[in-house]
Amino acid sequence: MRNLKATGSQAKQIGGATGVARKHESAAKHVAGEAVYVDDMLEPRGTLYGAVGYSSIAKGRIASMDLSAVRQSDGVVDVLLLDDIPGHTDIGAVFDGDPILTSDEIKYQGQPIFVVVADTEQQARRAVKQAVIEFIEEAPMLDVVEALTAKQFVRPSHYMAHGDAQVALENAPKRLQAEQHVGGQEHFYLEGQVALVVPAEDGGMLVYSSTQHPSEVQKLVAEVLNVPVNRITVDMRRMGGGFGGKESQAAAWACMAAALVLKTKRPVKIRLPRVDDMTMTGKRHPFYNTYDIGFDEQGLIQGADIMVAGNCGHSADLSDAIVDRAMFHADNAYYLPNVSIAGHRCMTNTVSHTAFRGFGGPQGMMIIERAMDDIARAVGKDPLDVRKLNLYGAAGRDTTPYHQKVEHNLLLELIEQLEQSSNYGARKAEIRQWNQTSRVLKRGLALTPVKFGISFTLQHLNQAGALIHIYTDGSIQVNHGGTEMGQGLHTKIIQIVAEALAIDPDEIQITATRTDKVPNTSPTAASSGTDLNGQAARNAALILKQRIAKCIAEHKECAIESVCFTEGRIYWGDQDESMSFADAALFAYEHRVSLSATGYYKTPKIWYDRDKAKGRPFFYFAYGAAVSEVIVDTLTGEYKVVGVDILHDVGRSLNPAVDRGQIEGGFIQGMGWLTTEELKWNDKGALMSNGPATYKIPAISDTPKRFNVGLFERANDEETVYHSKAVGEPPFMLAISVWSALRDAISSISDYRISPPLDTPATPERVLNAVMVTRELAKQQEGRSQS
Amino acid sequence: MIRFLMNDREVCLDHCAPDMTVLEYLRTKAEQRGTKEGCASGDCGACTVVIAEAVGNRLQYRNVNSCITLLGSLHGKQLVTVEHLKLQGALHPVQQAMVDLHGSQCGFCTPGFIMSMFALYKSCELPSRADVEQALAGNLCRCTGYRPIIDAALSLAGKGSQDAFSAQEAVIYSRLTKMVQQSPQASMQDGLHQFLIPRNSDELLALLTQHPNAKLVAGGTDFALSITQQLQQPEVVIYTGRVVELLQIEESEESISIGAAVSYTDMQSLLHKHFVSFAEMLERLGSLQVRNQGTLGGNIANASPIGDTPPVLLALDAILHVRSPAGRESLPIREFFTGYRQTKLPPSGFIETIEIPLQPERILNVYKISKRLDDDISAVCAAFSIELQDGVVRHARLGFGGMAATPARALNAEQALKDQPFTEQGIKAAQQALAQDFSPIDDVRASGAYRLQVAQNLLLRAVLEQANPSDEALEVVQYA
Repeated sequence: MRNLKATGSQAKQIGGATGVARKHESAAKHVAGEAVYVDDMLEPRGTLYGAVGYSSIAKGRIASMDLSAVRQSDGVVDVLLLDDIPGHTDIGAVFDGDPILTSDEIKYQGQPIFVVVADTEQQARRAVKQAVIEFIEEAPMLDVVEALTAKQFVRPSHYMAHGDAQVALENAPKRLQAEQHVGGQEHFYLEGQVALVVPAEDGGMLVYSSTQHPSEVQKLVAEVLNVPVNRITVDMRRMGGGFGGKESQAAAWACMAAALVLKTKRPVKIRLPRVDDMTMTGKRHPFYNTYDIGFDEQGLIQGADIMVAGNCGHSADLSDAIVDRAMFHADNAYYLPNVSIAGHRCMTNTVSHTAFRGFGGPQGMMIIERAMDDIARAVGKDPLDVRKLNLYGAAGRDTTPYHQKVEHNLLLELIEQLEQSSNYGARKAEIRQWNQTSRVLKRGLALTPVKFGISFTLQHLNQAGALIHIYTDGSIQVNHGGTEMGQGLHTKIIQIVAEALAIDPDEIQITATRTDKVPNTSPTAASSGTDLNGQAARNAALILKQRIAKCIAEHKECAIESVCFTEGRIYWGDQDESMSFADAALFAYEHRVSLSATGYYKTPKIWYDRDKAKGRPFFYFAYGAAVSEVIVDTLTGEYKVVGVDILHDVGRSLNPAVDRGQIEGGFIQGMGWLTTEELKWNDKGALMSNGPATYKIPAISDTPKRFNVGLFERANDEETVYHSKAVGEPPFMLAISVWSALRDAISSISDYRISPPLDTPATPERVLNAVMVTRELAKQQEGRSQS
Repeated sequence: MIRFLMNDREVCLDHCAPDMTVLEYLRTKAEQRGTKEGCASGDCGACTVVIAEAVGNRLQYRNVNSCITLLGSLHGKQLVTVEHLKLQGALHPVQQAMVDLHGSQCGFCTPGFIMSMFALYKSCELPSRADVEQALAGNLCRCTGYRPIIDAALSLAGKGSQDAFSAQEAVIYSRLTKMVQQSPQASMQDGLHQFLIPRNSDELLALLTQHPNAKLVAGGTDFALSITQQLQQPEVVIYTGRVVELLQIEESEESISIGAAVSYTDMQSLLHKHFVSFAEMLERLGSLQVRNQGTLGGNIANASPIGDTPPVLLALDAILHVRSPAGRESLPIREFFTGYRQTKLPPSGFIETIEIPLQPERILNVYKISKRLDDDISAVCAAFSIELQDGVVRHARLGFGGMAATPARALNAEQALKDQPFTEQGIKAAQQALAQDFSPIDDVRASGAYRLQVAQNLLLRAVLEQANPSDEALEVVQYA
């Protein structure tokens, strides 16, 4: 425990360092409408507003384009075309393939062709509608299986293996094969994509962008303008949600606005209306997965051949790493003694699918979780027993398909604790009984685990910087490379710095993430925000603490070891003398000590040899498990999630309220992905579910009444910041328990003999179809057993 | 001129385009940007504001989506925005509750939630969890999973609803009343474009005769999409929200009569008294924001094949009382819908009231099937009005939405039900006949095959509910 020293009656009780449920740093502003997002900033005088004209077809070429009516439309000042771009025209995040605008080839519906700027946003949007563009239309590739068969890929396939899957499969007493389609997901950040670009000196620009990756926006804007990166500054105070959708895909609008600033010499804002945002930006990758799995009579897996194929859309974007992460999670929590995993990156004529919370991990996990249920039905066991049987275990059962050892595995203990607290066994028995007498409604229960690897798999991204200034009144400004999108990163950073300096967190001000304060930053992604930036900020704080301690030791003539920072005061010598932190700041300043420091951090231990598909891509794993109960209407396929119990591993929690918020929010978002959130493209490749009227994210009554969330508080065995664990993405996958519970409920109509096929999202329509198929299969099975 | 209170400041507007929405006004004219745009289609609630109106002898506070509320409709009302809730630096109790219970993450949806919670706080002292879900179903949050928001709303239960607004209520009430008295002829225009606010049926008829192409707007919850999504600029908009005859509700022994401009919220208790399952379905029509504005007249005249009330009104044999330059006439609703978004409404005509006969011997079952329980558009909406005699069907009216180009009755199935026992066996022919009545299409919400299967299964659900009314809940919503 922290050493709490009595400091007299005037001292304020200092809470809110780490481990405390401190409120979000912007909470009071959020509720008052005072938190400023990019679109809320008062624009500089003369700002122009942009609207993007995009392709209405999915594949083909532009035959002709007449924009004269656009130019003559009310309020229009200028139009941006591909030829107006002075520098790079490809703004692909990692690989080429994402032209900022097209003048010829069309690869997806929603591909930007031109940008209009006008005096008002309405005028710009109306002008776009005046464009006359004729296309030569070609048949688009829209089906992931067709693309896979045709080997139409955006990047080469990747393979991993451990042991000999084929031999094990051939020798296994039992063997199952199956395929599944896992749907994609629209991010539906409440704040759509937006950028405001203001001209600066020497050809430079100040870019306000709602982005998870300011450094990449900075670099791409510089490349598009053909100026050195040092001319561009990106400022990002907060996003109204990101979820991965603003990792690579926030850049285009900033680049377009910058090119228009260059052309018009006026500030330019581009904010995408919701339909345009949903039409033009990429989503979570839909996946097509298969397994061929061999096991014994107990359901213990002996060999597995797994294939995951991501529907990447028209370009690579981040798909290479996303499909890799799907492969890294195709084992989820289970030891596959002989395994081969293939990962394909299929090209289709849709928007380029992109990062989304879990980054391919959830889609990869779905195939092995499907297998667990299927094996259980095949051997006549409860799926939880089969899951527990196959968990990673002690030496000999601890090697992943990519040869990383699973160390510090908490899962069995965590699952057993949750099984107890959720009363899984008794509820399961009661539900089985209930289902026998309930003709129309059927209930289901399932427990699924999560093991999620923490670190960017692209190794160089695992670094971070921070900048701390202490001013002479003792107030502190902290800046770091991470971005705030609601996840509470800034709140945790404040707590970390406060803890490191033993001061009141209220003394700390976090400012907008800016590329001129901390350069060359990584995206706030991969759940890494706190792990990386928290350590960097802590390192900066420790440097300053050391400088102040040294100054005091020198001038108060005491040993530096005796200088002690406690509760906003600094003690030295025999601890009978002290001064406030603020006085110490002034004291250090007057003794010519620099009170500004940068901190830096890079993740240790990680490596991955992609050619051999071997290594330790993850610093550590985060674990969790969830029990979900559902009730299904077998007449309509409607269902309801009635109860959820979660136990999740966050290491030593930096902020239990923020962590719980991530767990609950991630779970509900995952539940939406697997249930009501259905992306539909028509047979010409146009997105039909292009607004909240047709694309249904969970609403308030989808939150289950029974929603017990527990933190499995155990210090991280690795040296992370205060031994916490990343929490952004892992809880998302806890929602697989909902899908498994739906399958459990449907399976009841076959007396749990059939494992119902249920692709996702499991809309009421898919559930009803699964009910009818299961009924049919059960009838056939009965027929066979009678004949 | 139109006049309204923007928080506590009076705004008078003469020159303004009729298509100006409250959200656009707030964000681009008034520079009040606490109110956010999430979708501009009334589906996410980020732009929620509260409108206070003088009703009876007090102020009534209701939440609406500012993105689909036309500015002109604010005449004589108070617009309360999120900026107005803080008093001298102190957060309002609903704001404080959201802060204390960690109800915001990214914060973008938060102002909208705050305003919906504020409306709940002003209208319900002891909200239950169901009340909270009802009040907030039109506000989407992508971060929290809603649990802390529900906790925040529930934490206010029983804490009283006396706040700074209560202290100001009498003052605001009299300012609003005076405003309307002083400006009886309210309108605004921008060149040839006009927003007109008639006060009675005669004025409405005169305006419609004068402007035969005018857009008639009540709640405007669908009409506004033509502005925010299709970017249309209507020339003349006539607002029915102050036409007294269209705001009446009447109840007699034989029927109930609902003015065409009565909001769903205002008809809820009357429907609950006579048609419980209709009222329960209404709780899932749109969101509270939409129900506070949307009207029965608008839902019917809009003639959308997926409107939720026409199937019920078809099953109930409702009668539309229509007025036009040719006079007044009564149209049975079964004759009203003539094609996709086509009706028998005469030129320059409008619906004054909707009359629903009371026939307590008939059992009404209404079902709404959609992907999401809250605030979703039906894949299938079904309403069955059945009269049984000794277990045999004597009368059947089956109204459906989502099955055809118009809301429609299943005439073949109705015929097949007649004189059959209302049992699983007895409805088999009717289930088959539904396939002759309808060939539903595949669209973004569901496939045609699913729609037909569900329509058939819903007949079975009605039979099972009839046979077993209390033993067992048959719908998952009952577990909600």
